[in-house]
Amino acid sequence: MRIERRLRQPRWLLVAVPAGSLVFAFFASGVVLLATGHDALSSYRRLFDAAFVDSGALGQTLISATPLAFTGLAAAAAFRMRLFNIGAEGQLYIGAITGAAAGLYLGGNGGPSAFPIAAMVVAGCAGGAAWALIPGILRAFFKTNEIITSLMLNYVAAYVLTYLIFNSESYWRQTKGFNATVFPTGKPLPNSALWPGATLHLQGGIVLPLGAGIAVLVAVLLWFLYSRTRFGFEAQVLGDSARAARYAGMRTRRKILAVMAVSGAIAGLGGASQDGDFRHTLDADPNGLQKQYYGYTGIVVAALARYNPLAVVLVAFLIGGLQNAGTTLQGADFPSGLVGVMQGIILFSALGGELLVRYRFRVGRRAPEAAPSPEPAS
Amino acid sequence: MNNSLLVVVLASGVAYGTPLLYAALGELLAERSGVLNLGVEGMMLVGAVMGFWTVQRFHVTTGVSLAAAIGVAALAGAAMAAIHAFLVVTLRASQIVSGLALTIFAGAAGLSSYLGNDLRLAENPARHQFHAIFPASVQRWPIVGPILFGQNVLVYASWLCVVAVWLYLSRTRPGLNVRAVGESPAAADAMGIHVAAYRYAHTLAGGAFAGVAGATVTLAITPQWVDGITGGAGWIAIALVIFAFWRPELCLVGAYFFGALQALSPELQARGIHLGPTELWTNSLPYVMTVVVLVLVSSSGARRRLGAPSALGTPYVREER
Repeated sequence: MRIERRLRQPRWLLVAVPAGSLVFAFFASGVVLLATGHDALSSYRRLFDAAFVDSGALGQTLISATPLAFTGLAAAAAFRMRLFNIGAEGQLYIGAITGAAAGLYLGGNGGPSAFPIAAMVVAGCAGGAAWALIPGILRAFFKTNEIITSLMLNYVAAYVLTYLIFNSESYWRQTKGFNATVFPTGKPLPNSALWPGATLHLQGGIVLPLGAGIAVLVAVLLWFLYSRTRFGFEAQVLGDSARAARYAGMRTRRKILAVMAVSGAIAGLGGASQDGDFRHTLDADPNGLQKQYYGYTGIVVAALARYNPLAVVLVAFLIGGLQNAGTTLQGADFPSGLVGVMQGIILFSALGGELLVRYRFRVGRRAPEAAPSPEPAS
Repeated sequence: MNNSLLVVVLASGVAYGTPLLYAALGELLAERSGVLNLGVEGMMLVGAVMGFWTVQRFHVTTGVSLAAAIGVAALAGAAMAAIHAFLVVTLRASQIVSGLALTIFAGAAGLSSYLGNDLRLAENPARHQFHAIFPASVQRWPIVGPILFGQNVLVYASWLCVVAVWLYLSRTRPGLNVRAVGESPAAADAMGIHVAAYRYAHTLAGGAFAGVAGATVTLAITPQWVDGITGGAGWIAIALVIFAFWRPELCLVGAYFFGALQALSPELQARGIHLGPTELWTNSLPYVMTVVVLVLVSSSGARRRLGAPSALGTPYVREER
């Protein structure tokens, strides 16, 4: 048997391979479950029910899926250009900080109103973009590897977040009231800065958060940007072959900065959505926002969606269900790391599956070679 | 004198730097063979949790128990690395994404946390741990006492490892072959070197080192188990390899430098020294310094001159060279 490169990639494979990866991942995770003495089938059954079927499950799944859609889109935007921004985690924290600042400053009494909410969206985007531009600038001007710098900044962002609430009397911190002296928390956002949700009459009422709607909108915009504009085309060329892009006269630095800024802005928007949609304050609790690992999970979402923005939304919903079920069921017979194990295996399978997209297996002798040798392996 | 800030920070810098050193040596071996493994953090955590588990569950004498723990941690790390090796060497997957996948799979919210929870390891502190091996009178010697003689056996073993890796890469035939595989796999292949076998072997060795690095954290530095106990040390180790220009002897220097940065934060806080937002900048310092160091060594000319393996990060496919 031999492996050879495909000259054309059939369309059906682009769907079949991720789907197959998911199936394989559940099978492999089942082996992990069995090996540690759990009943795999009943675990999966309960996982599925807790994610999508039980009363209120879909609403909870949406709460988990919304930030994953943002971080997944952030990863997809950058990874498509082979800019490995793995700093969505930190960019989300910074977006949450700047978003909360806008909400606290501009919000007032009364119901949700458009101006403070729009300001939070803009501030979240700006904060995330600024944080992402640090590795972006270093990459564009000093050729510093963005993988490690963007990751290191995640830790710095987490310390900034903790510092603002726990180690200082910052603008974000609640300093009045009895609770403030017992355990430090963020100031609650004023009413007009809380993001509204649309209620669907399903499973006894599901709230569709505003952030979920914005995420879908961002996905459509991103898809348009990458597949229908000159900017997107150039970014793709640059990702596939930096040398070809330079010879064609494309502005490499500018594009790196723009892509990093877009990626960071989307992650930061996810942070603002955390404030406005769900947490209603700047959450620095070590077991709160910082324990969710939305940024890292977003990479799983993006890879499984093969960096296609529209697919990211769908995959975010599935992985969000997994995440939500993991939290709901967490306990003695459902250890907390299980969801991460499954996500890792999903990512491994998706990666292994890429082999099937790029190569084909042939039994027997080599077929007559038709085309010149294709571009080198990526 | 031995209580002065500098001596204390240097002494704990050596202790904190040891896991960084083990992990960086392992990553260096893998990268010298052309395999970039970004899963160090995950491999360290699995090594940490399995080493800790061994100490808690096997009731023999301290020495045997600790030795077994180091062995188990090395095996666990190598097992994790095997997944990466299979994906990137055999299946030709992207080394970057596969390494990230390994950290997500094994890391703070993955397998290491799963094992820690499932085996209920967070409940008790370690039953055995590594202690300083020299008598207390020697440790009281001025300056060199705490820094050089106040350490546990893993620190001294890591020095041997540095020498061994250096000798291996620069003075032996297989070491020469590894460097050939990392620089030009096609040429190495033509010489009759089995590229895939070398890449597998060194990725696995890298995993074993990372596993030992993890066990160093849970058995020598903070003898307990908490999810994500390594706190990003695996990533600092990856940066360290670049900082050390892919040379084992410079890994030692870099590891102790970053170890000292990590030691600075608790020490300043313990002495009540406040300089601006102390908690913020002292905690962030190792991460910020990693970024600064990367910028300093990252111009492409510098990288090539300083010894980045040319084939780092690229799969080798005989038909497509």
